[in-house]
Amino acid sequence: MKEFAIILVSAVLVNNYVLAKFLGICPFLGVSKKLDSAFGMSVAVTFVMALATAATWPIYTYVLVPRDLTYLQTIVFILIIAALVQFIELVLKRYIPALHRGLGIYLPLITTNCAVLGVTILNLDEGYNFAQSMVNSIGSGLGFLLAMVLFSGVRSRVDASATVPKSFQGIPITLIAASICSISFMGFSGIVDGLFK
Amino acid sequence: MSDLTKKSNWQVLLNGIIKENPTLVLILGTCPTLAVTTMAVNGIGMGLAAMVVLIGSNVVISLLKNIIPDKVRIPCYIVVIAGFVTIVQFLVKAYAPALDKALGVYLPLIVVNCIILGRAEMFANKNTVLASACDGIGMGLGFTLALFCMGSIRELIGNGTWMGYTITANLWDPVIVFLLAPGGFMVFGALIALVNFLTKGKAIKKKEFGCAGCPSASVCSVAQKGGCN
Repeated sequence: MKEFAIILVSAVLVNNYVLAKFLGICPFLGVSKKLDSAFGMSVAVTFVMALATAATWPIYTYVLVPRDLTYLQTIVFILIIAALVQFIELVLKRYIPALHRGLGIYLPLITTNCAVLGVTILNLDEGYNFAQSMVNSIGSGLGFLLAMVLFSGVRSRVDASATVPKSFQGIPITLIAASICSISFMGFSGIVDGLFK
Repeated sequence: MSDLTKKSNWQVLLNGIIKENPTLVLILGTCPTLAVTTMAVNGIGMGLAAMVVLIGSNVVISLLKNIIPDKVRIPCYIVVIAGFVTIVQFLVKAYAPALDKALGVYLPLIVVNCIILGRAEMFANKNTVLASACDGIGMGLGFTLALFCMGSIRELIGNGTWMGYTITANLWDPVIVFLLAPGGFMVFGALIALVNFLTKGKAIKKKEFGCAGCPSASVCSVAQKGGCN
Protein backbone atom coordinates (compact mmCIF):
# COMPACT_ATOMS: atom_id res chain seq x y z
CA MET A 1 0.00 0.00 0.00
CA LYS A 2 2.83 2.33 0.94
CA GLU A 3 4.54 2.00 -2.44
CA PHE A 4 1.30 2.93 -4.23
CA ALA A 5 0.91 5.97 -1.98
CA ILE A 6 4.49 7.02 -2.77
CA ILE A 7 3.93 6.63 -6.54
CA LEU A 8 0.63 8.53 -6.33
CA VAL A 9 1.94 11.47 -4.30
CA SER A 10 5.08 11.83 -6.38
CA ALA A 11 3.09 11.67 -9.64
CA VAL A 12 0.54 14.27 -8.50
CA LEU A 13 2.77 16.74 -6.65
CA VAL A 14 6.52 16.17 -6.95
CA ASN A 15 6.96 15.06 -10.55
CA ASN A 16 3.95 16.96 -11.84
CA TYR A 17 3.66 16.21 -15.55
CA VAL A 18 3.12 19.77 -16.65
CA LEU A 19 5.07 21.87 -14.18
CA ALA A 20 8.07 19.60 -13.57
CA LYS A 21 8.33 17.28 -16.59
CA PHE A 22 7.09 19.58 -19.38
CA LEU A 23 4.66 17.08 -20.87
CA GLY A 24 1.29 18.25 -22.19
CA ILE A 25 2.30 21.91 -22.42
CA CYS A 26 0.08 22.62 -25.45
CA PRO A 27 -3.24 21.87 -23.67
CA PHE A 28 -1.88 23.40 -20.47
CA LEU A 29 -1.38 26.75 -22.20
CA GLY A 30 -4.14 26.42 -24.79
CA VAL A 31 -7.17 25.18 -22.86
CA SER A 32 -6.51 26.79 -19.47
CA LYS A 33 -8.36 30.04 -20.14
CA LYS A 34 -11.64 28.93 -18.62
CA LEU A 35 -12.10 26.75 -15.57
CA ASP A 36 -14.75 24.46 -17.04
CA SER A 37 -12.82 23.68 -20.24
CA ALA A 38 -9.62 23.20 -18.22
CA PHE A 39 -11.47 20.74 -15.98
CA GLY A 40 -13.11 18.86 -18.88
CA MET A 41 -9.82 18.55 -20.78
CA SER A 42 -7.95 17.25 -17.72
CA VAL A 43 -10.63 14.66 -16.89
CA ALA A 44 -10.48 13.46 -20.50
CA VAL A 45 -6.66 13.27 -20.34
CA THR A 46 -6.76 11.31 -17.05
CA PHE A 47 -9.32 8.91 -18.54
CA VAL A 48 -7.28 8.33 -21.72
CA MET A 49 -4.00 8.01 -19.75
CA ALA A 50 -5.49 5.23 -17.59
CA LEU A 51 -6.99 3.38 -20.57
CA ALA A 52 -3.85 3.82 -22.69
CA THR A 53 -1.72 2.32 -19.92
CA ALA A 54 -4.19 -0.53 -19.47
CA ALA A 55 -3.81 -1.27 -23.20
CA THR A 56 -0.09 -0.61 -23.80
CA TRP A 57 1.41 -2.29 -20.71
CA PRO A 58 0.05 -5.81 -21.47
CA ILE A 59 0.79 -5.46 -25.20
CA TYR A 60 4.39 -4.42 -24.49
CA THR A 61 4.98 -7.10 -21.85
CA TYR A 62 3.16 -10.04 -23.43
CA VAL A 63 3.41 -9.33 -27.18
CA LEU A 64 6.48 -7.18 -27.89
CA VAL A 65 8.95 -8.45 -25.26
CA PRO A 66 8.61 -12.24 -25.93
CA ARG A 67 9.00 -11.67 -29.68
CA ASP A 68 11.96 -9.30 -29.25
CA LEU A 69 10.09 -6.47 -30.95
CA THR A 70 10.58 -3.79 -28.29
CA TYR A 71 12.08 -1.46 -30.89
CA LEU A 72 8.57 -1.08 -32.34
CA GLN A 73 7.44 0.53 -29.06
CA THR A 74 7.01 4.07 -30.41
CA ILE A 75 5.02 3.08 -33.51
CA VAL A 76 2.86 0.54 -31.70
CA PHE A 77 2.07 2.85 -28.77
CA ILE A 78 1.07 5.85 -30.88
CA LEU A 79 -1.17 3.65 -33.04
CA ILE A 80 -2.79 2.07 -29.97
CA ILE A 81 -3.44 5.50 -28.47
CA ALA A 82 -4.86 6.89 -31.71
CA ALA A 83 -7.15 3.89 -32.18
CA LEU A 84 -8.15 3.92 -28.52
CA VAL A 85 -9.14 7.58 -28.61
CA GLN A 86 -11.28 7.03 -31.71
CA PHE A 87 -12.86 3.97 -30.11
CA ILE A 88 -13.63 5.78 -26.84
CA GLU A 89 -15.25 8.60 -28.77
CA LEU A 90 -17.49 6.20 -30.69
CA VAL A 91 -18.47 4.26 -27.56
CA LEU A 92 -19.25 7.38 -25.57
CA LYS A 93 -21.28 8.85 -28.42
CA ARG A 94 -23.35 5.69 -28.79
CA TYR A 95 -23.86 4.59 -25.18
CA ILE A 96 -23.16 7.49 -22.81
CA PRO A 97 -24.15 10.65 -24.72
CA ALA A 98 -24.15 12.78 -21.56
CA LEU A 99 -20.48 12.00 -20.93
CA HIS A 100 -19.71 12.50 -24.62
CA ARG A 101 -21.08 16.03 -24.47
CA GLY A 102 -18.79 16.75 -21.53
CA LEU A 103 -15.58 15.00 -22.59
CA GLY A 104 -16.06 14.14 -26.27
CA ILE A 105 -14.99 17.47 -27.66
CA TYR A 106 -11.57 17.16 -26.04
CA LEU A 107 -10.86 13.63 -27.24
CA PRO A 108 -9.58 14.43 -30.78
CA LEU A 109 -7.02 16.77 -29.23
CA ILE A 110 -5.61 14.05 -27.02
CA THR A 111 -4.20 11.74 -29.73
CA THR A 112 -1.22 14.02 -30.24
CA ASN A 113 -0.88 14.94 -26.58
CA CYS A 114 2.63 14.08 -25.47
CA ALA A 115 1.55 13.52 -21.85
CA VAL A 116 -0.42 10.40 -22.85
CA LEU A 117 2.36 8.84 -24.96
CA GLY A 118 4.85 10.02 -22.33
CA VAL A 119 3.15 8.27 -19.42
CA THR A 120 2.94 4.94 -21.27
CA ILE A 121 6.66 5.05 -22.14
CA LEU A 122 7.77 6.30 -18.70
CA ASN A 123 5.84 3.51 -16.93
CA LEU A 124 8.00 0.98 -18.77
CA ASP A 125 11.22 2.99 -18.35
CA GLU A 126 10.60 3.05 -14.58
CA GLY A 127 10.05 -0.71 -14.59
CA TYR A 128 6.63 -0.49 -12.94
CA ASN A 129 4.40 -3.58 -12.84
CA PHE A 130 0.81 -3.35 -14.10
CA ALA A 131 -0.76 -2.12 -10.82
CA GLN A 132 2.02 0.42 -10.26
CA SER A 133 1.67 1.65 -13.85
CA MET A 134 -2.05 2.18 -13.41
CA VAL A 135 -1.51 4.12 -10.16
CA ASN A 136 1.19 6.20 -11.82
CA SER A 137 -1.04 6.96 -14.84
CA ILE A 138 -4.01 8.00 -12.75
CA GLY A 139 -1.74 10.03 -10.46
CA SER A 140 -0.17 11.77 -13.46
CA GLY A 141 -3.64 12.56 -14.78
CA LEU A 142 -4.68 13.97 -11.42
CA GLY A 143 -1.49 16.03 -11.30
CA PHE A 144 -2.34 17.37 -14.77
CA LEU A 145 -5.85 18.22 -13.52
CA LEU A 146 -4.48 20.01 -10.44
CA ALA A 147 -2.05 22.07 -12.53
CA MET A 148 -4.71 22.94 -15.14
CA VAL A 149 -7.32 24.01 -12.57
CA LEU A 150 -4.85 26.07 -10.51
CA PHE A 151 -3.38 27.68 -13.62
CA SER A 152 -6.78 28.61 -15.07
CA GLY A 153 -7.37 30.58 -11.86
CA VAL A 154 -4.00 32.30 -12.20
CA ARG A 155 -4.64 33.12 -15.85
CA SER A 156 -8.02 34.73 -15.24
CA ARG A 157 -6.17 37.21 -12.97
CA VAL A 158 -3.24 37.70 -15.35
CA ASP A 159 -5.45 38.25 -18.39
CA ALA A 160 -7.54 40.77 -16.48
CA SER A 161 -4.60 42.91 -15.40
CA ALA A 162 -3.84 45.88 -17.64
CA THR A 163 -0.33 46.58 -16.41
CA VAL A 164 1.49 43.99 -18.55
CA PRO A 165 4.21 45.60 -20.75
CA LYS A 166 3.33 45.55 -24.44
CA SER A 167 6.00 43.04 -25.51
CA PHE A 168 4.95 40.64 -22.77
CA GLN A 169 1.23 40.65 -23.56
CA GLY A 170 -0.35 37.35 -24.57
CA ILE A 171 1.90 34.32 -24.72
CA PRO A 172 5.03 35.63 -22.89
CA ILE A 173 3.19 36.66 -19.72
CA THR A 174 1.33 33.33 -19.71
CA LEU A 175 4.71 31.56 -19.72
CA ILE A 176 6.05 33.78 -16.92
CA ALA A 177 2.92 32.98 -14.87
CA ALA A 178 3.49 29.27 -15.55
CA SER A 179 7.07 29.71 -14.34
CA ILE A 180 5.87 31.12 -11.01
CA CYS A 181 3.32 28.27 -10.65
CA SER A 182 6.15 25.86 -11.32
CA ILE A 183 8.29 27.46 -8.57
CA SER A 184 5.44 26.90 -6.11
CA PHE A 185 5.32 23.21 -7.07
CA MET A 186 9.04 22.90 -6.33
CA GLY A 187 8.06 23.30 -2.70
CA PHE A 188 6.67 19.76 -2.79
CA SER A 189 10.04 18.22 -3.67
CA GLY A 190 10.78 16.77 -0.22
CA ILE A 191 7.24 15.71 0.57
CA VAL A 192 7.61 12.01 -0.24
CA ASP A 193 10.54 11.56 2.15
CA GLY A 194 8.75 13.56 4.83
CA LEU A 195 5.48 11.64 4.59
CA PHE A 196 6.55 8.05 4.06
CA LYS A 197 10.06 7.48 5.38
CA MET B 1 -0.05 29.14 -47.08
CA SER B 2 -0.89 29.30 -50.80
CA ASP B 3 1.63 32.07 -51.42
CA LEU B 4 4.36 29.71 -50.27
CA THR B 5 3.95 27.56 -53.36
CA LYS B 6 5.20 30.41 -55.55
CA LYS B 7 8.38 30.88 -53.56
CA SER B 8 11.68 29.43 -54.68
CA ASN B 9 13.09 26.54 -52.72
CA TRP B 10 15.77 28.80 -51.28
CA GLN B 11 13.11 31.18 -49.94
CA VAL B 12 11.20 28.23 -48.48
CA LEU B 13 14.35 27.15 -46.68
CA LEU B 14 15.10 30.61 -45.26
CA ASN B 15 11.45 31.11 -44.36
CA GLY B 16 11.62 28.39 -41.71
CA ILE B 17 14.77 29.70 -40.07
CA ILE B 18 13.72 33.27 -39.35
CA LYS B 19 10.41 34.53 -40.71
CA GLU B 20 8.37 31.52 -39.64
CA ASN B 21 10.65 30.13 -36.96
CA PRO B 22 8.61 27.18 -35.64
CA THR B 23 9.48 27.77 -32.00
CA LEU B 24 9.73 31.52 -31.55
CA VAL B 25 7.25 32.75 -34.18
CA LEU B 26 4.77 29.91 -34.80
CA ILE B 27 5.11 28.76 -31.14
CA LEU B 28 4.89 25.04 -31.91
CA GLY B 29 6.66 22.16 -30.21
CA THR B 30 6.79 23.81 -26.80
CA CYS B 31 7.32 20.61 -24.77
CA PRO B 32 10.80 19.67 -26.07
CA THR B 33 11.74 23.36 -26.23
CA LEU B 34 11.22 23.67 -22.50
CA ALA B 35 12.34 20.22 -21.44
CA VAL B 36 15.70 19.53 -23.09
CA THR B 37 17.26 23.00 -23.17
CA THR B 38 19.16 22.78 -19.89
CA MET B 39 22.37 22.64 -21.94
CA ALA B 40 23.19 24.20 -25.31
CA VAL B 41 24.50 20.83 -26.56
CA ASN B 42 21.23 19.07 -25.71
CA GLY B 43 19.33 21.79 -27.59
CA ILE B 44 21.44 21.16 -30.72
CA GLY B 45 21.01 17.37 -30.36
CA MET B 46 17.25 17.58 -30.00
CA GLY B 47 17.03 20.07 -32.88
CA LEU B 48 19.06 17.89 -35.23
CA ALA B 49 17.12 14.73 -34.27
CA ALA B 50 13.84 16.52 -34.99
CA MET B 51 15.30 17.90 -38.24
CA VAL B 52 16.16 14.43 -39.54
CA VAL B 53 12.63 13.23 -38.76
CA LEU B 54 11.14 16.37 -40.30
CA ILE B 55 13.07 16.08 -43.57
CA GLY B 56 12.30 12.36 -43.85
CA SER B 57 8.60 12.68 -43.09
CA ASN B 58 8.19 15.75 -45.31
CA VAL B 59 9.80 13.95 -48.28
CA VAL B 60 7.84 10.71 -47.83
CA ILE B 61 4.52 12.44 -47.23
CA SER B 62 4.95 14.68 -50.23
CA LEU B 63 5.77 11.59 -52.33
CA LEU B 64 2.63 9.86 -51.05
CA LYS B 65 0.35 12.87 -51.15
CA ASN B 66 -1.71 11.57 -54.08
CA ILE B 67 -1.95 8.02 -52.70
CA ILE B 68 -3.05 8.68 -49.12
CA PRO B 69 -6.86 9.03 -48.91
CA ASP B 70 -7.86 12.36 -47.44
CA LYS B 71 -9.95 10.89 -44.61
CA VAL B 72 -7.18 8.82 -43.03
CA ARG B 73 -4.31 11.19 -43.74
CA ILE B 74 -3.53 12.10 -40.11
CA PRO B 75 -3.05 8.45 -38.97
CA CYS B 76 -0.94 7.84 -42.10
CA TYR B 77 1.25 10.85 -41.31
CA ILE B 78 1.67 9.62 -37.73
CA VAL B 79 2.82 6.18 -38.92
CA VAL B 80 5.39 7.73 -41.30
CA ILE B 81 6.64 10.07 -38.57
CA ALA B 82 6.81 7.24 -36.00
CA GLY B 83 8.88 5.19 -38.44
CA PHE B 84 11.45 7.96 -38.84
CA VAL B 85 11.50 8.58 -35.08
CA THR B 86 12.34 4.91 -34.52
CA ILE B 87 15.23 5.17 -37.01
CA VAL B 88 16.55 8.29 -35.28
CA GLN B 89 16.22 6.59 -31.87
CA PHE B 90 18.43 3.76 -33.13
CA LEU B 91 21.02 6.14 -34.62
CA VAL B 92 21.23 8.26 -31.47
CA LYS B 93 21.46 5.19 -29.23
CA ALA B 94 24.28 3.77 -31.35
CA TYR B 95 26.38 6.84 -32.07
CA ALA B 96 25.54 9.33 -29.27
CA PRO B 97 24.62 7.38 -26.13
CA ALA B 98 25.23 10.42 -23.91
CA LEU B 99 22.68 12.41 -25.90
CA ASP B 100 20.25 9.49 -25.69
CA LYS B 101 20.51 9.64 -21.92
CA ALA B 102 20.10 13.42 -21.81
CA LEU B 103 17.03 13.48 -24.07
CA GLY B 104 15.41 10.44 -22.41
CA VAL B 105 11.71 10.12 -23.07
CA TYR B 106 11.66 13.27 -25.22
CA LEU B 107 13.40 11.40 -28.06
CA PRO B 108 10.47 9.02 -28.75
CA LEU B 109 8.12 11.92 -28.05
CA ILE B 110 9.32 13.64 -31.26
CA VAL B 111 6.48 11.58 -32.74
CA VAL B 112 3.88 13.88 -31.17
CA ASN B 113 5.85 17.09 -31.80
CA CYS B 114 3.35 19.49 -33.39
CA ILE B 115 6.00 20.98 -35.68
CA ILE B 116 6.39 17.73 -37.62
CA LEU B 117 2.70 16.89 -37.96
CA GLY B 118 2.04 20.58 -38.63
CA ARG B 119 4.49 20.77 -41.55
CA ALA B 120 3.09 17.52 -42.99
CA GLU B 121 -0.43 18.93 -42.87
CA MET B 122 0.35 22.52 -43.88
CA PHE B 123 3.20 22.10 -46.35
CA ALA B 124 4.27 18.63 -47.45
CA ASN B 125 0.86 17.45 -48.61
CA LYS B 126 0.47 20.31 -51.07
CA ASN B 127 4.03 20.86 -52.33
CA THR B 128 6.68 19.13 -54.43
CA VAL B 129 9.23 16.75 -52.96
CA LEU B 130 12.11 19.18 -53.34
CA ALA B 131 10.21 22.10 -51.79
CA SER B 132 9.11 19.85 -48.90
CA ALA B 133 12.70 18.77 -48.29
CA CYS B 134 13.78 22.43 -48.23
CA ASP B 135 10.93 23.22 -45.85
CA GLY B 136 12.08 20.37 -43.61
CA ILE B 137 15.68 21.65 -43.60
CA GLY B 138 14.57 25.25 -42.93
CA MET B 139 12.11 24.41 -40.17
CA GLY B 140 14.59 21.97 -38.65
CA LEU B 141 17.36 24.58 -38.61
CA GLY B 142 14.96 27.16 -37.17
CA PHE B 143 13.99 24.73 -34.40
CA THR B 144 17.65 23.89 -33.72
CA LEU B 145 18.58 27.58 -33.61
CA ALA B 146 15.80 28.39 -31.15
CA LEU B 147 16.70 25.44 -28.91
CA PHE B 148 20.38 26.43 -29.07
CA CYS B 149 19.54 29.99 -27.94
CA MET B 150 17.34 28.71 -25.10
CA GLY B 151 19.97 26.17 -24.07
CA SER B 152 22.81 28.73 -24.17
CA ILE B 153 20.93 31.19 -21.95
CA ARG B 154 19.88 28.54 -19.44
CA GLU B 155 23.30 26.88 -19.31
CA LEU B 156 25.13 30.19 -18.89
CA ILE B 157 22.90 31.53 -16.11
CA GLY B 158 22.06 28.22 -14.47
CA ASN B 159 25.41 26.46 -14.63
CA GLY B 160 27.95 29.16 -15.50
CA THR B 161 29.11 27.21 -18.55
CA TRP B 162 28.52 27.28 -22.30
CA MET B 163 28.87 24.16 -24.48
CA GLY B 164 30.60 22.59 -21.48
CA TYR B 165 33.24 25.35 -21.05
CA THR B 166 33.26 27.42 -17.86
CA ILE B 167 32.51 31.01 -18.81
CA THR B 168 31.72 32.90 -15.63
CA ALA B 169 35.04 31.99 -13.92
CA ASN B 170 33.27 31.83 -10.55
CA LEU B 171 32.53 35.57 -10.65
CA TRP B 172 29.00 34.82 -9.51
CA ASP B 173 27.16 31.78 -8.25
CA PRO B 174 25.10 29.97 -10.88
CA VAL B 175 21.35 30.52 -10.52
CA ILE B 176 20.32 26.86 -10.44
CA VAL B 177 16.60 27.58 -10.82
CA PHE B 178 17.28 28.33 -14.52
CA LEU B 179 18.19 24.68 -15.04
CA LEU B 180 14.94 23.59 -13.40
CA ALA B 181 11.40 23.74 -14.74
CA PRO B 182 10.56 27.35 -13.72
CA GLY B 183 13.62 28.68 -15.55
CA GLY B 184 12.48 26.96 -18.75
CA PHE B 185 9.13 28.72 -18.73
CA MET B 186 10.72 32.04 -17.80
CA VAL B 187 13.47 32.03 -20.47
CA PHE B 188 10.99 30.93 -23.15
CA GLY B 189 8.55 33.70 -22.17
CA ALA B 190 11.34 36.28 -22.14
CA LEU B 191 12.66 35.14 -25.56
CA ILE B 192 9.22 35.45 -27.17
CA ALA B 193 8.82 38.87 -25.56
CA LEU B 194 12.22 39.82 -27.03
CA VAL B 195 11.11 38.73 -30.53
CA ASN B 196 7.93 40.78 -29.98
CA PHE B 197 9.99 43.79 -28.90
CA LEU B 198 12.52 43.58 -31.76
CA THR B 199 9.84 43.26 -34.43
CA LYS B 200 7.48 45.71 -32.69
CA GLY B 201 4.85 42.99 -32.30
CA LYS B 202 4.65 42.27 -36.04
CA ALA B 203 6.34 38.87 -36.17
CA ILE B 204 4.16 36.89 -33.81
CA LYS B 205 0.70 36.95 -35.28
CA LYS B 206 -0.44 34.31 -32.88
CA LYS B 207 -1.34 36.37 -29.84
CA GLU B 208 -2.91 33.53 -27.88
CA PHE B 209 -2.58 29.77 -27.74
CA GLY B 210 -5.61 28.72 -29.71
CA CYS B 211 -6.80 26.31 -32.33
CA ALA B 212 -5.44 28.34 -35.25
CA GLY B 213 -1.87 27.18 -34.65
CA CYS B 214 -2.77 23.56 -34.00
CA PRO B 215 -1.95 21.11 -36.81
CA SER B 216 -4.98 19.00 -35.90
CA ALA B 217 -7.33 21.97 -36.36
CA SER B 218 -8.60 20.77 -39.74
CA VAL B 219 -9.76 17.42 -38.36
CA CYS B 220 -10.88 18.65 -34.95
CA SER B 221 -14.60 19.24 -34.53
CA VAL B 222 -13.98 21.74 -31.74
CA ALA B 223 -11.70 23.97 -33.79
CA GLN B 224 -14.28 24.15 -36.57
CA LYS B 225 -16.85 25.42 -34.07
CA GLY B 226 -14.49 28.15 -32.94
CA GLY B 227 -12.37 26.46 -30.30
CA CYS B 228 -12.65 25.45 -26.67
CA ASN B 229 -12.41 28.89 -25.13
